[in-house]
Amino acid sequence: MDLLKFITAGSVDDGKSTLIGRLLYDTNSVLDDQLEAIQRANRKNNDGTLDLAILTDGLKAEREQGITIDVAYKYFQTEKRKFIIADAPGHIQYTRNMVTGASNSDLAIILIDARKGVIEQTRRHSFIVSLLGIPNVLVCVNKMDMVDYDQAVFDKIKSDYERLVLNLRIKQVDYVPVSALKGDNIASKSTNTSWYSGKSLLDFLETVEVNHTTANKQARFPVQWVIRPQSEELPDYRGYAGRVVGGTFAVGDRVVALPSEVSSTITRIELAANDLDVASDGASVIIHLADDIDISRGDMLVKQDEQPSVSKQFEAEICWMDSKPLDINQFYLIQQHGKTAKVKIQDIIYRVNIETLEQSAAVDLGLNDIGKIQFKSADSLAFDSYVANKTNGGAILIDLRNNLTVAALMITESLD
Amino acid sequence: MDYLDHLEAEAIYILREVAGQFEKPALLFSGGKDSITLVHLAEKAFRPGKFPFPLVHIDTGHNFPETIEFRDRLVARLGEKLIVGHVQDSIDAGKVVEQKGKNASRNPLQTVTLLDTIAEHGFDACIGGARRDEEKARAKERIFSVRDEFGQWDPKRQRPELWNIYNGRIHKGENVRVFPISNWTELDVWNYIRRENIDLPSIYFSHERDVITRNGQLMAAAEFLNMDHEDVIEYRKVRFRTVGDMTCTAAVPSEAYHIDDIIEEIRQSKISERGARMDDKVSEAAMEDRKKGGYF
Repeated sequence: MDLLKFITAGSVDDGKSTLIGRLLYDTNSVLDDQLEAIQRANRKNNDGTLDLAILTDGLKAEREQGITIDVAYKYFQTEKRKFIIADAPGHIQYTRNMVTGASNSDLAIILIDARKGVIEQTRRHSFIVSLLGIPNVLVCVNKMDMVDYDQAVFDKIKSDYERLVLNLRIKQVDYVPVSALKGDNIASKSTNTSWYSGKSLLDFLETVEVNHTTANKQARFPVQWVIRPQSEELPDYRGYAGRVVGGTFAVGDRVVALPSEVSSTITRIELAANDLDVASDGASVIIHLADDIDISRGDMLVKQDEQPSVSKQFEAEICWMDSKPLDINQFYLIQQHGKTAKVKIQDIIYRVNIETLEQSAAVDLGLNDIGKIQFKSADSLAFDSYVANKTNGGAILIDLRNNLTVAALMITESLD
Repeated sequence: MDYLDHLEAEAIYILREVAGQFEKPALLFSGGKDSITLVHLAEKAFRPGKFPFPLVHIDTGHNFPETIEFRDRLVARLGEKLIVGHVQDSIDAGKVVEQKGKNASRNPLQTVTLLDTIAEHGFDACIGGARRDEEKARAKERIFSVRDEFGQWDPKRQRPELWNIYNGRIHKGENVRVFPISNWTELDVWNYIRRENIDLPSIYFSHERDVITRNGQLMAAAEFLNMDHEDVIEYRKVRFRTVGDMTCTAAVPSEAYHIDDIIEEIRQSKISERGARMDDKVSEAAMEDRKKGGYF
């Protein structure tokens, strides 16, 4: 059974929490004591049905205010697939939380209120989805019950959205008309939308082919930890522990350690005392090399004929996530996997208005701002572009004074 | 990649990040299935080397004897260090006061002993087996969850956690709680235990024992429960779905003798795992409140 991670974008007003609650409820993922807790809290919709939104709003402040503030992760499974939902807030002041949820998702559900159509918020959410490199979008046109299940409303929204994504990096878009409140086209096809020939939401999620395979990605292995027992039985054992973040490594491959650029050959790959011939993308393994070379945490093994950009200067798209604005006169710490280095922001190339997508000059970036920067690092870093390899093209910035994560970076190119 | 392989690889990655980022980490071991799974994952992450952290058990003194025996056997097999923090010591030192009455439990007192043990040994990271599917406040918690110098969780000031990047930088006195199996569900843990053939304490499987009924829940009859003449002892066939100490963990009637039976039972169940935890029933935000106070 495989795993699909998806994010839901939209605000409570669009019925996002209700949609998730409905998915959980209709897949029997809500248990009796959890339903009891909802009943105890006595939250009802206007028509007296249970308010399923309470299933997802986990913090007191969220329940009090009736909004989603932080990302919540929800889990359910069917006979066909296992799902992880990143339930992210939709309001503009929580953009950073949506960016966080989007960073680990393979698919995004964009909710559109059938009565309102494509609005600024839709554009903003779609832009973030595109920025974070999510390949698949499913547009759920919700509250179809409020527009008499009118096909013309659905078709209009569809054509508006098709125009919206023209300028974005989203590869595949699908559309489904739903009513989360009434359950239309959620777990099964609704008779209220006989004009709709596509799949129900759940059927779609169970069967969609998501492009998270990495056949075309180059092989990357950031070293996290060196295993050296130095025991009587294993005096010379030296294994490099880490997780493959793209491509595959096989015994016999010629590899290069970065940034030192010393090369060697893979002699053995282990996973928990079992020897493997090949380690593929996502596998946590131990790699052994033919030569005793100096490799430590933060270094990266790559195949000799598939090398990333090793440089001290890069350009990156950025989402600023801290209430204290970016200060161009200050050093920050960059973290990529387990590698950290001091960096200086050399230039803010532009800021994007995330509702109109217009770019403009900027001297600083504040909370939730998205733009593009150029930075210089104290050490050489081995990056791919984010578009080519999300895991090896993403990084965070840390404020050295308070250790907070203040920005997400998506590398676009190296400058050396 | 099968989803269990994915979850395993993610957890191993997180454990190795702890090893790489912290000076003095510890693995919080309760003797329950989730922390036993963590130990199994740590073996996969670090063998043939030693664990880069000791196991730490916060012992309320009211544990099931089966759990303690299991713990000691496991530690002996692993050849790793075990540190035990005793709630009794916190009581004797006058730092906490034992609850009174029939529903008294040492569960809330554990927080003080935990924070004292962290301070005494200078732990900067504590690995725990909490999962996001257990409870709705936990669904919001980061994998690297920073606690201030008072051990407190502030849900409104969590660091954004993107991709596979975990920011474990802290100031002295703060510490990080790390949850490598955050993305696992109860069923995932059981499927993994079956696949990997992981040994568990016997109380997870159906057995016969003396129980009493308290607040609609079956509790193991034990002296710590402050039993009186109103408590009727019955001899029932039960098992424990979650294992805390004897005062806060309820049993469920069960005929599940083998792991296949347990997995089938969970699939059919209409009650969540923490439905058998008295500590969660206190209020709507019981878990959030305890975490803010420094709980696991």
